[in-house]
Amino acid sequence: MEQHAILQVENLQKHFPIKSGLLAPGGKRTVKAVDGVSFSLERGKTLGLVGESGCGKSTTGRMIARLMDPTAGRIMVDGVDISQLRGKDLYHFRRKVQMIFQDPFASLNPRQSIGTAIAAPMVAQKITPPGGLKNRVKELLEQVGLKAEHYNRFPHEFSGGQRQRVGIARAISLNPSVIVCDEPVSALDVSVQAQVVNLLQEIQQDTGVSYIFIAHDLSVVRHISDEVAVMYLGKMVEQGSRDELFAGPRHPYTRALLSAVPLPDPRQARAQEKIRLRGDLPSPANPPSGCVFRTRCPLFGTLGEEQRQLCIDVVPAPAVAGSPACHHTALAGPLAAGVQ
Amino acid sequence: MTQSQSSPTAVAASAPQPDSAPKPTTAPQATKTGAFLEVRNLSVKFPTDDGVVAAVNGMDFTLERGQTLGIVGESGSGKSVTSQALMGLLKGTSAQVTGEAIFQGRDLVTLPESGMRRLRGRNIGMIFQDPLSALHPFYTVGHQIAEAYLVHNKATKKQARAAAVDMLGRVGIPSPDMRFDEYPHHFSGGMRQRAMIAMALICEPELLIADEPTTALDVTVQAQILDLMSELQQETNSALILITHDLGVVAEVCDNVLVMYGGQCVESGPVDEIFYDTRHPYTLGLLKSMPTLTTKSGRLNPIPGQPPSLLALPQGCIFSARCEHAALAGDGVCASQRPQFTSEDGHGTRCHLGLPQILSIRNSR
Ligand SMILES: Nc1ncnc2c1ncn2[C@@H]1O[C@H](COP(=O)(O)OP(=O)(O)OP(=O)(O)O)[C@@H](O)[C@H]1O
Ligand SMILES: Nc1ncnc2c1ncn2[C@@H]1O[C@H](COP(=O)(O)OP(=O)(O)OP(=O)(O)O)[C@@H](O)[C@H]1O
Ligand code: SF4
Ligand SMILES: [Mg+2]
Ligand SMILES: [Mg+2]
Repeated sequence: MEQHAILQVENLQKHFPIKSGLLAPGGKRTVKAVDGVSFSLERGKTLGLVGESGCGKSTTGRMIARLMDPTAGRIMVDGVDISQLRGKDLYHFRRKVQMIFQDPFASLNPRQSIGTAIAAPMVAQKITPPGGLKNRVKELLEQVGLKAEHYNRFPHEFSGGQRQRVGIARAISLNPSVIVCDEPVSALDVSVQAQVVNLLQEIQQDTGVSYIFIAHDLSVVRHISDEVAVMYLGKMVEQGSRDELFAGPRHPYTRALLSAVPLPDPRQARAQEKIRLRGDLPSPANPPSGCVFRTRCPLFGTLGEEQRQLCIDVVPAPAVAGSPACHHTALAGPLAAGVQ
Repeated sequence: MTQSQSSPTAVAASAPQPDSAPKPTTAPQATKTGAFLEVRNLSVKFPTDDGVVAAVNGMDFTLERGQTLGIVGESGSGKSVTSQALMGLLKGTSAQVTGEAIFQGRDLVTLPESGMRRLRGRNIGMIFQDPLSALHPFYTVGHQIAEAYLVHNKATKKQARAAAVDMLGRVGIPSPDMRFDEYPHHFSGGMRQRAMIAMALICEPELLIADEPTTALDVTVQAQILDLMSELQQETNSALILITHDLGVVAEVCDNVLVMYGGQCVESGPVDEIFYDTRHPYTLGLLKSMPTLTTKSGRLNPIPGQPPSLLALPQGCIFSARCEHAALAGDGVCASQRPQFTSEDGHGTRCHLGLPQILSIRNSR
């Protein structure tokens, strides 16, 4: 139900200008970090965003949080296009979308106490909660599983998992509708990771907040997401419900990605279909013509002349739910290089 | 900052080693009298201003040629320090290393630095967890890999170049012939890591210690590198110690697994037994806390509490403060007595609970 979506992203683009000198011969003048991404997210749900390093996940997240201006496209939050907001409107919007980073302290002042850090977004928005700022911060500390007495502590006294809890406390302090979580548990040990994932899910149940969850660990993404979107070189290549996508990936990139996930179960790991990609992600400054995945596509090599030409000449329609961005998904048989 | 995101670094041989013996063409089988690598009661202590950090506390394990041993454990459990001790990298520091690590008849713990230097690169190679120590910024990537090759192989410059280009291709660097002449700063982070892996692999070490070699790489690239490492290992019948916190990687590539907690081995054995016949409460907790690609969603089950302080290890079982099953052992024995490591048919565990008790814990879940 599109009208219920808290977030709707349409044809979002971010093209970074390339500094002279880095210009590839005959290349274009921009890096197409995000190039026509669309999806929607319902209230209280989580969209997992996955794909290789450099494919544009963080850039997408940062544009949604308006930490970065989009080159083109619409970002509808609760029915209002926020992609072009400026000044006072942008300032008010900040309450609605917050962000959690891999290391929330990387950007914080090491001499600032935890309490001050958590209060900062409320101070910036000139919000005085009933009962006072300090009380609200203490409440938040407890809500994320820390203690009120942590208020006066300093960042270096906290473990990785505790830091992430502080980041979460900051992010939820303004009761946002959407939180963009950019690799929030990637640096944590499994056990601490489990605690933080549980916390994020509890908060979602209590507040109905929606998450965009960016991560490279597909097991965690599968665990926490309702919907999953797969990006490759700035494009959305496949999206769909979590169960559909994990049970029956259709785009050759998604299939290769899932088959590369090491399974923590030796028998399953031995039985797993193994599709191996060759080479690297091409440069987004000089992407391949037609389908951006064709240079590494395991399906491409199995195609006939005419079908290949289609991949080289024609950009596939961007993926929408249930329809991957591939000319030939219908043909995809076994792709495994070395199935055992 | 947590340390688990750092990228690996490979160390190839540092200096030419004219006196090292020629590489045998066929790998000798380990003799009956001694394992290829036998580690006994290895301990490492770091004196610091706050007290003595007991990072490794009596590790025992053996490794044969052609085998892959996975070492897993949480951040700070002593995985990297164990490998540093084996590589002799703690010599000449304030670290106190005790115990034995017999590698083909030589004790790596007492071997002087000069002897150690002779082993590094060709006999024992290492891919480090921490970045920025192997690739020199002033030399081209290809030059450095070719040099590592020349240290151990009688070859012309041209042959060395060809070998280096080949290896760069095998670790998945596109257009390796062009890339050969580029400097490290021209490479992306992931490519630099692969170049360092190439530098370690081109020496064809008999024993390769890889500390989180693929942690910072994408899963698709990780799969490619792990395949390559297994392939080369089979070709050269070498031994591999793979340090990781990823139980998926362990399940995928290891023959045997060693689970570390608080600088001790708490469980070790063949990979299938560790996953399907788990015998230590910590290993059970670790497996239970992970989401997988197949389990039902719901709440995850983290191990409660935090790892012990290495400045003051508990008197009893190092895991006792977090163990949900300590009461089963009775008499407060877990809190008061350090359990022995006991092993049966190659599957060992360090726990006061007997097998029947462990089985009942496993069955009750
Ligand atoms: N400020 C910038 N200026 C120029 N290029 C940029 C900028 N920020 C990102 N890029 C480029 O845009 C592309 C997408 O980057 P982005 O950080 O969004 O990727 P990502 O999917 O989050 O990757 P990772 O998994 O490594 O975090 C990359 O090629 C990156 O180099
Ligand atoms: N030079 C040193 N001086 C003092 N303590 C040290 C030193 N090197 C390591 N340690 C400590 O020894 C313990 C074990 O560290 P180690 O690096 O082996 O952990 P690890 O298992 O490799 O963890 P990770 O998964 O984070 O890499 C840690 O508590 C660490 O702080
Ligand atoms: S010895 Fe006791 S505390 Fe330690 S793991 Fe076994 S049951 Fe738990
Ligand atoms: Mg990113
Ligand atoms: Mg380490």
